Amino acid sequence: MNQDAVKDLLVRMADDVLILAHRHSEWTGLGPVLEEDIAFSSVAQDKLGHAQALYAILHEHFGMPDPDVMAFGRAEAEMRSCHFVELPNGEYDFSLVRHLLFDASEYVRWNALRESSFEPLAKLAHKIHGELKYHLYHAQTWIVQLGSQGSEESKARMQSALNTAWPYALGLFETRPGDADLVASGFFPGEEALRADWEVLVQGILTKSSLNMPQDHAAVLGGRDGYHSEFLAPLLVEMTEVYRIDPSAQW
Amino acid sequence: MTREEVLSALQSVRDPEIPTISVVDMGIITDVEVVSEAHVRVTMTPTFVGCPAIDVMRSDVEAAVRGLGVEHVEVAVTFDVPWTTNRLTDRGRAALLEHGLAPPEQFDTLTLELEVLNNVACPYCGSRKTTLKSPFGPTLCRSLHYCNECRQAFEGFKPV
Repeated sequence: MNQDAVKDLLVRMADDVLILAHRHSEWTGLGPVLEEDIAFSSVAQDKLGHAQALYAILHEHFGMPDPDVMAFGRAEAEMRSCHFVELPNGEYDFSLVRHLLFDASEYVRWNALRESSFEPLAKLAHKIHGELKYHLYHAQTWIVQLGSQGSEESKARMQSALNTAWPYALGLFETRPGDADLVASGFFPGEEALRADWEVLVQGILTKSSLNMPQDHAAVLGGRDGYHSEFLAPLLVEMTEVYRIDPSAQW
Repeated sequence: MTREEVLSALQSVRDPEIPTISVVDMGIITDVEVVSEAHVRVTMTPTFVGCPAIDVMRSDVEAAVRGLGVEHVEVAVTFDVPWTTNRLTDRGRAALLEHGLAPPEQFDTLTLELEVLNNVACPYCGSRKTTLKSPFGPTLCRSLHYCNECRQAFEGFKPV
């Protein structure tokens, strides 16, 4: 097994969910209605669990630091999240669109990982894939309601948010140098294959929502090499504030 | 010491978020191995990957088996047998109802439309004229519903 390639894949997957979990948690107490407040908070809590489980695999099987250090103890340049998850929540339209595009990608990714040749990941995938149905269901319900079942204004706002989010969302599927080895060994199907499945899934939901899938955009890249958006550094300061007071504290 | 005696002791270990149900009836104990009188291995699995109650339940399980006089107790939390709500026992489903939670519907495959969450039986009046309000509730494993018959909001234990 190409250990560096495995670490690259699992770290970027874990970092994406960790950072988006933090963004989702920023809706806690601020959601437009109570049920939405609870929904974003619950999705955030699930995602933190997914990040922790991935960091645990990295720790137990690949000698990486323990999950707390991975989540809270790394500098910005060591993070591998993509710009998409780093962007601020903005208005609720953007948060919902990001929620949809991200969870559709998680859904196809973890669906494929159920067949991974690496057993600990395949076992985790069976579990996570079931939970993601609820995330995607929630996002999809709102996109359809605000799209085809909404007003002209809500539909226009969803389309505008979608157009803004799209090039960033494509950054989820950046191919990395070690990926070919992982595809060859059946570890995962590769980012291109995942992106193709994702586009089919997203297209179906957008059609139901009377929204148009943006075309011909270049992906926003950089996060996988440690070059982040201007929004990650302040997020990390806030997210790691308590941890940095005493990194050795037992919780 | 038998496997049954260990499982019987584990009936006293409750889910801290739903104290009417035991970890056994919840279906989260996936294996019990009595290696010897002094050595027992228990394997458990969380309901949700991010379940915050798993550490508490893990130490409660360990304490309960120790309470039988077992010197060496190993408790492992793994995803080897993934938890689904189909693992709930009949007694577990009754315990959820007792706590005011609609038990999850049994399912073969759960589609992305989550139809199984529409028309969940109301835990108060039993009517199926109910509406899903949100797939997320006060804990990761619950959903929010409304009964159009007795006009009561209620929570369900969601199928996974």
